[in-house]
Amino acid sequence: MRVALFVACYNDALFPATGRAVVRLLERLGHQVVFPAAQTCCGQMHWSTGYRAEAAALASGFAEVFSGGGFDAVVTPSASCAAAVRRDHARIFRAAGRDAPPLPPVHELTEFLVDVLGVTDVGASFPHRVAYHPTCHATRALGAGDRPLRLLRAVRSLELAEIPAADECCGFGGTFALKNADVSVALVADKVRHIRATAADVVCAVDNSCLAHIGGALSRLRSGVRVLHLADILAGPEDGA
Amino acid sequence: MTSRDRVLRRIRDALGPARGTPVPVPRDYRRHLGAEYARADVIALFTERIAAHGTPVRHVGAGGLPTALAAALWAREAARIAVPAGLPAGWLAELEGVAVVPDGPGVDPAAPDGPDAVVTGCAAAVAETGTIVLDGGRGQGRRALTLCPRLHVCVVHADQIAGTVAEAAARLPPGRPQTWLTGPAVARGPARERSPHGAAALEVLVVEDWL
Amino acid sequence: MTAAPRPRLRFADAARPALADTALRRDLRDGAAAVRARRAAAVAETPDWAELRAAGRALKDRTLLNLDACLERLERAVTAAGGTVHWAVGAAEAARTVARLAGGAAVAMPAAPVLEEIGAADALAAAGSTVHRTGADAEFPAVRTAVTGVDVMVAETGAMVLLEWAGDARRCLAVPDALITVAGIEQVVPDRADLEVLLRSLPRSAGERLTPAVSVWTGVAPGDGPAAFHLVLVDNGRTRALADEIGRAALRCVGCAACLDVCPVYERTGPGPYGAPPGGPIGAVRVPLQRGVGSAATASLPFASTLCGACADVCPVEIDIPEVLVHLRGEVVDARRGRPVPTPELAVMRAAAWTMGDPQRYEAALRGGVRWARLLSRGGRIRRLPGRFGAWTDARDLPAPPARSFRVWWRDRAGAR
Repeated sequence: MRVALFVACYNDALFPATGRAVVRLLERLGHQVVFPAAQTCCGQMHWSTGYRAEAAALASGFAEVFSGGGFDAVVTPSASCAAAVRRDHARIFRAAGRDAPPLPPVHELTEFLVDVLGVTDVGASFPHRVAYHPTCHATRALGAGDRPLRLLRAVRSLELAEIPAADECCGFGGTFALKNADVSVALVADKVRHIRATAADVVCAVDNSCLAHIGGALSRLRSGVRVLHLADILAGPEDGA
Repeated sequence: MTSRDRVLRRIRDALGPARGTPVPVPRDYRRHLGAEYARADVIALFTERIAAHGTPVRHVGAGGLPTALAAALWAREAARIAVPAGLPAGWLAELEGVAVVPDGPGVDPAAPDGPDAVVTGCAAAVAETGTIVLDGGRGQGRRALTLCPRLHVCVVHADQIAGTVAEAAARLPPGRPQTWLTGPAVARGPARERSPHGAAALEVLVVEDWL
Repeated sequence: MTAAPRPRLRFADAARPALADTALRRDLRDGAAAVRARRAAAVAETPDWAELRAAGRALKDRTLLNLDACLERLERAVTAAGGTVHWAVGAAEAARTVARLAGGAAVAMPAAPVLEEIGAADALAAAGSTVHRTGADAEFPAVRTAVTGVDVMVAETGAMVLLEWAGDARRCLAVPDALITVAGIEQVVPDRADLEVLLRSLPRSAGERLTPAVSVWTGVAPGDGPAAFHLVLVDNGRTRALADEIGRAALRCVGCAACLDVCPVYERTGPGPYGAPPGGPIGAVRVPLQRGVGSAATASLPFASTLCGACADVCPVEIDIPEVLVHLRGEVVDARRGRPVPTPELAVMRAAAWTMGDPQRYEAALRGGVRWARLLSRGGRIRRLPGRFGAWTDARDLPAPPARSFRVWWRDRAGAR
């Protein structure tokens, strides 16, 4: 398949390793990855903070870049951006009084692997104790269900740990983390407490935004627990890394 | 312009062209228990669910009801009871040493010097929730009568037990005041723990004719 | 007269003391966990839960889109059954009506959200009525008048339906001579058959098969209970919410409080910071929908959520609360766009959108931002950010951005091939 990668703007800048991991993984599985260079942002942050006009402009830009064709599917390593495109773009265009432009299907990475490619064992190995945090957008907005867990269970040498109250929000919530910083920190404090109770070495998820939040609190505590996007685990180490 | 007119006009203005849009209500939810429930299973479910609330429940044959009632009152040392008009006289045939006060405006079962117990029938019961329903019909009395904080013995005939809330609701004539009782009170503060308040106040006797 | 409760502080400021209240945090956490478990069990044994939710949603939408006709029908039925219907546009008018009907008599008043909303207790006290707040463990007062809320009203029959946990309202309906019931105009449903839906979905959503007591009454019943029945129908901004095509879904609410029990924010703050009962996700949409977003306090409520979606998943009438929250955030932002001096946030958001509107500008900003961020970092982590972003680094590090963005790597790789 010819797969267009929508890397998501914050991954592009802050977590480029995740983008590289998706490329490595999909190429190893025999697919061709293209990166439409004109992509920027899907407009999620603007929309969910109330900046409707700005979100509409960004959503239009997204549609322009990805409706061009020349690929079979769009894949993103961000559940929240996948949800923004699939659920929110229609609302964004409706609020702007416009019809939503046609788009090829946008898949979150684990949905693409399990549902479209039909693989759960991607041939990865990762000798660590790993806890999976089901992010709100993966679980509730996309209904990703146990797809990420099925992929993780197939990783060799990986010991899976279950986080208590796993489906509770980590408190990130985009600009919520700044506007209601105290409540946000109270939430992540409990999330970190639950993660540490698992004695996991690594926490993974399918949203780097939530992982940056959780990881920021783990790092401030010098907990020694690392955060990694699921794609980084599935893709394995980079050459020379 | 009256407040009534103002509120109605605000509603009409708020809805604009959407006003009066018909919305079909899908009613494919379950109105009845599954086909696997035979009549005896419905009665057993009622017993199980009402007992799950901590409400004492016993089954008696029609002939055994007077004795069972007397035993229930005797066990709780009830010396004076209030009963509604229309309670079948035979129910109380076995009482000994218990004063029976017919309900009336002067009777306040909730007062500290009120009766020790009240005995009533019911209008319907619900198996899936373990509920009894009173509606002021024959042998049930006014609502204030069943507020006795000490003991309310409620007699349920097996054929009054409906499987579901929907079935019970359909059996009740509209217009009458209804009280649906399902287990003891629950405190709903931040902690919302179950409170024992009222837990001991209700006892249920299920009358099954074939027993 | 004291006004009805309304938010005064912005949510973030009001939340601070609640977050520091250890006992409150423990009560909320334990209580929410217990109710969540009970709710899950009550729903799990309901095989037609999805159908009940769909029916609940549809019957409430049917009500709302026909609300004027529904209320007129209700009024006719209540009047025919011997009751009297009163209407109130605002909270103060509703409270005054209740106080006038009580006529200075002592009243028994079980807690109800709508009574708190209109400030009934203060109005009654100001008019000379002694107010006895009843509860599970309170002794019942010897009074001849009661004031209650209600959960559902049936337009077809005029029936009032009150679902109860504590059992004290039951007495208020049976013993006094006069009963004054206050209801929001959206609490009506069209038909008797609608009860068979809500009597199942509402209690289960709150964690029980059925609430301990359900009382149903229609006007007055000769020889049983109050000889006078007054129903006070309150608008108090509900028509304002109704006019909002997206927000009107929030008027489907049947008051089960399931959204409060699953909300991670509410579990840490309790109801206080929301400024008016009931708080939680539904309060965060209902208050701004009914009062507008003019004050800083009400305008802060749509932002008092991480948009995690747990509330939408449990709602028995399928209110998509996060969708309404986002919609209201848009209303707040739009209301502020007209200001002569743009808010700092607007400036930042506009700049971000302008930058990301063009790949060249975006890449240039990326390069500049990375350079700046790397200057702020030590050991790969940023421990202090300047300005408003400092709220993040008060308690959380931020990873320093790598020197090479993904797009640059991609281009370099293509060049090397």
